Parts: sequence; structure tokens; C-alpha cells
Amino acid sequence: MTPTTTAPAQVPARTRRRGGAAARVRRRLSGTPAGLAAIVIAVVWTVPTAGLLVSSFRPAEQIRTTGWWTFFSSPDVTLDNYRDVLFGSSSDGQLATHFVNSFVITLPSTVFVLVIAALAAYALSWIDFRGRDWIFLGIFALQIVPLQMSLVPLLSFFSQGVSVGDVQILPAWELNGAMAFTNVWVAHTIYGLPLGIFLLHNFISQLPGTLFEAARVDGAGHGTIFLRIVLPLITPALVSLGIFQFLWVWNDLLVALIFTGGDESTAPLTVRLAELAGTRGEAWHRLTAGAFVSMVVPLLVFFLLQRYFVRGLLAGSVKG
Amino acid sequence: MEYSFLNDLPKVVWMLIGIASFLAVIGLMLVVIDVPRTRRDRWQAVLFLAPALILLVGGVVYPVLRTTMLSFFDRSGTEFVGLTNYLWMFRRPEILLVLRNTLLWVIFAPALATAVGLLYAVLIDRSRFESIAKSLVFLPMAISLVGASIIWRFVFAYRPADQEQYGLFNQIVVWLGGEPQLWLLDQPLNTFLLILVLIWVQAGFAMVVMSAAIKAIPSEIVEAARIDGAGPWQLFSRITLPSVWPTLLVVLVTITVQTLKVFDIVRTMTGGNYGTSVIANEMYSQAFQQGQVGQGSALAVFLFVLVVPLVILQIRRTRKARELA
Repeated sequence: MTPTTTAPAQVPARTRRRGGAAARVRRRLSGTPAGLAAIVIAVVWTVPTAGLLVSSFRPAEQIRTTGWWTFFSSPDVTLDNYRDVLFGSSSDGQLATHFVNSFVITLPSTVFVLVIAALAAYALSWIDFRGRDWIFLGIFALQIVPLQMSLVPLLSFFSQGVSVGDVQILPAWELNGAMAFTNVWVAHTIYGLPLGIFLLHNFISQLPGTLFEAARVDGAGHGTIFLRIVLPLITPALVSLGIFQFLWVWNDLLVALIFTGGDESTAPLTVRLAELAGTRGEAWHRLTAGAFVSMVVPLLVFFLLQRYFVRGLLAGSVKG
Repeated sequence: MEYSFLNDLPKVVWMLIGIASFLAVIGLMLVVIDVPRTRRDRWQAVLFLAPALILLVGGVVYPVLRTTMLSFFDRSGTEFVGLTNYLWMFRRPEILLVLRNTLLWVIFAPALATAVGLLYAVLIDRSRFESIAKSLVFLPMAISLVGASIIWRFVFAYRPADQEQYGLFNQIVVWLGGEPQLWLLDQPLNTFLLILVLIWVQAGFAMVVMSAAIKAIPSEIVEAARIDGAGPWQLFSRITLPSVWPTLLVVLVTITVQTLKVFDIVRTMTGGNYGTSVIANEMYSQAFQQGQVGQGSALAVFLFVLVVPLVILQIRRTRKARELA
């Protein structure tokens, strides 16, 4: 996303309409070609997912031989696919491990971005220093850089460190085992920061200035103001950004593919699923169940926090 | 080997250590900032900004410069080769195909996703089932592109004609009396089928944003037009469309930028085979699978060059809008 307006997170004011007019529109829509078109779109958008969901509960043999729509004439439900793909041997997918990996990658990447972006956004909004506007502009501009531009050098930084000529300035991060996740955290944090700082800056800069003056008169430093005043006030914006960053990291393939090096022990669900799709494209009982394992968390987030999700979207692209 | 959570425990522990020590460091920093009771704002600003700036300069600014430089060097990054990598890009037929595919993506995905989103937003506006209808189309936004790709691979799945089909697309073809097709192998149709997946995902985004813009149209205007006898089509083309036009452009540009970077769909659906690769995917193949760092970097730079004008356009539009507001 490349949002550009500075409108803070806010839902558009719903237009208040009288019942009469609304009812008239409704009458006009139901049963007309327009209503029919809406239903067709809704069906086309829902059926592919529904088909995969239904399939994931059918016995493997039936997925391979008949279409999922036959399920409705002879329903036959099993959890075997999920059991196999989650807890089976590693050649079956063993997605339980990758499910844990996805969490281990996503949670820190989200927390880091929220905290670092909030600190920077506060400094750029309420601490007076020279060059402030230029720094903000620079960070804003970084939003447009495609990830692909920074992958090669960043990866070589992790694997070889930094050296000028023959002098090693920073050593390579030789992180093994569980610590290997650190690379992915850093990469995701970096990529999340420009949008994060931008969105939070929009929000923080619109807090009333008198609040900060009063606190400073009372002798509070910037640290205290940030912790006691700013953080509680920007919670809605933090939630919005948090959902975005969480979904973005959870659903990411490219960053994980490169910074986990395709390693079994650190690869998240997306990487493993893409691999299963590539090598066993026809093992549909695993793929259908596996796809849903990877969707459970985003779908939960979506249904529980949909309002914040939409709010964050609108903050980025439309004036309320 | 059966799964045991004990094997994964160290990861979770490391994650908790990571988060806890990060928060401890930041917390300590905030306390330390307030200890000297001076008002040297500048140094406090430096501390507040340091984590973000170090990460961004080290992780984006420097890498961008480095990638640009690498694009003028050979595969090992030691020998200067001038524009060779760029000439390679525009001379090799398989890379030209990649560029053509990217063009197809950029032409079709944003326009169709936005069109469907707008149409749907207009159709369901103020209907009784608006919130459910919105959720249905918006839902794919939450799913990973990998998940979306698997969903659609299943829809396009192929079985020989003498067997029963389990892919919905081919079943419909058979019901209509046709022969089942190997959709994803069929060029250039397969590129359009991959584009369809992105449209499916992005239409929800377009719909939500356009719906908000439609609701921001003052109801008096709509009422007045209706009293003057405007029909649904006139209402749409004379009132709705002009009112939401600026938002529509923002949505178009946003989806276009997303489209240029699309990687996951191509990777998961075809792996870039059968003539479906795009720049973002080719960059990955060249730099990380074939070790052609110079050529991969040139592709990344080209991608960047394509994105820049779009974003400048958007920034300028927004600035103008803000001045008017």
C-alpha cells in the first residue's frame, strides 16, 4: 500500500438517510438486474474458497476422484487431512512446526515496528529540531522502494557482515538454531517502518499541542510524555497498524523465502505451502487442508478486528 | 517422525527473549532520556529516532544504492560491465516475454479489480445485506497470496477427459459440452488466469475504499438528482462517478504499484514456467536461484524506475487535494 493522504484513522461519516429513501433504493435493487449482478459477484468471490474448505474435510480418495460439489449429495467428513498435514511426517508437510515458525516470525516483527515507529513518529511530530521535515520527507519517500531493491545487499549483510576494502567493520551474524529468526525479524521490521512511521505520524501530530505544553510545564521529559500521554492516546492507531503489519508479515512469502534461506526449521507456513504446491501439486488433500491451516489466523484477525482493518485501509487512501 | 511441540519450544523461548529484551532496552532508553533535566531537545530527538534511522539507512537506503551499483557489475559483483545487464534485459526473448507479461498485469489487474470493486460497491450500497456482502468480497484481502493461489489452482485443476473433473473450471466446461483444458500450461491464457487471482484479491480493497467514497457524497445531491428524474445509470455516470473520481485514481495507482511487485502468485501457481514469469519473479530467479546478481539487480532497478512516476503522480495529486481542503 502506498497511502498518501494525512487523514487520521477515521471511519467515514455514514450518510444519514431517511427510511423512506433507503427503502425505495432497496426496492429498486432487489430482483432487478443490478441485484442479480451483485449476487453473481458475491458468489464468484466466495465459491473458490468455499470449495477448498469443503474439500479439506473430504477423504483424500474422494478429493482425488470427484469434485467437491458432490460432497453435498454424499457428505463424508474427516479430519484426517488436517491431522496428516499438521502432525504427520515432515514429507507430509508437518505444518504444526511451520505454524509455530509463522508466530515466532510475526509477533516480534509486529511489536518492533509498532514501538520503533511510535518513537520516531513522536519525535518527528513534537520534538523541535532542525531538519525534522526533511527526515520525515525522506522516510515518506522510502515507502515507494520495492522490496526487491534491497534484498541482495541486506542478505549479504547478514551472511558476510560489512567490510570496506579488506577491513571487516561489522562481522557476519552467524546465528544458528532458534536464533536464526533474528534475521527475518530485522528484515520485516525494516520493511514495515516507513508505512508505520507515516501512519502514526498522521495520528500523533494531530493530538492537541496544549497537552504536551502542560506536561512539559509540570516538568515531564519526552520519555515520560511518550509513555504516559502519547501511548495511551494512540492505541486505536496502534491497533490498526498492528493488524496490518501482522497480516502482512504472516502472509509474506518473499522476505521469508530469502531471509530464512528456505530452511525447514525456520520457514513459515507460506514458504512451506508454496513448496508443497510446487513439489506435490496434485496432493490436494494436503494442499487444501494446509491452505486452511495458513488462513486460520488471518481469518480470525479479519473477522474479529475487521473494523480496525478497514479503518487502517481508509486512513491510507481516502479522506473520510 | 511424529510432531512434538518440545522441538519447537526453543523458538518460542527465543521469541519471548527477543521481545522482552527489546522492550527492556526501549524502556530503559525512555527513562534515561528524562534523567538529565535539561531541555536539549536535539539529543532527545536523536535517541527517539535512532532505532528507525539506523534500520532504514542500513536496510533500505544503503541497499538501494548498492543494488543500483551492482546492476552495472558482472555476476560476482567484481567486474564493471557498464550497461550490459540492461542490454541483456531488452535483448533476450525470454526476458522480453517477462516484460510483456508485466505489462499485461499492469494493464489488466488494476483496471479490472477497481472496476469490479466500484461496481460492487455501487450495487450493494445501502442494501439490507451490505455488511455481509462487503465481508464476502473483502475476505480474500486477509488471505495470503500463497493461499489464494492454492485456492485458484484447485479451481483450474485438470483431469483427462475420460475421468471425472474435480476442478470447478473444467467441470463447468464439461457441463457445457467442452473438453477439459490444461489451463495453466496454455500461453498466453495462463497469464490472464494468474491476473484473475490478483483481481480476486484486490477487488475487496477497491470495493471498501470506493464504498467509503460513495458514502461521502452528500445525500442532498443524490436526492436532488433523483427528484429531477435521474435514473440509476444517469445517477451513476453524472453524480457518483465524478464525485469518486479522485479516490478512484488513488485506488488505481495503489493497485498498480502492488501489481508491479507481484511475486507470490506467479511463484505458487506456475513457478514462472510456461511463459508466465514477471519482473518481480524473474529478479528472484536471477539473483537468488541462478546467482546472477548483476542481472537480478538490473531487473530490480528497472522495477523501481517503473514504480517511481506512479508514486510521484499520487503524491502530487494528494498535495493538491490537501491544498483544496
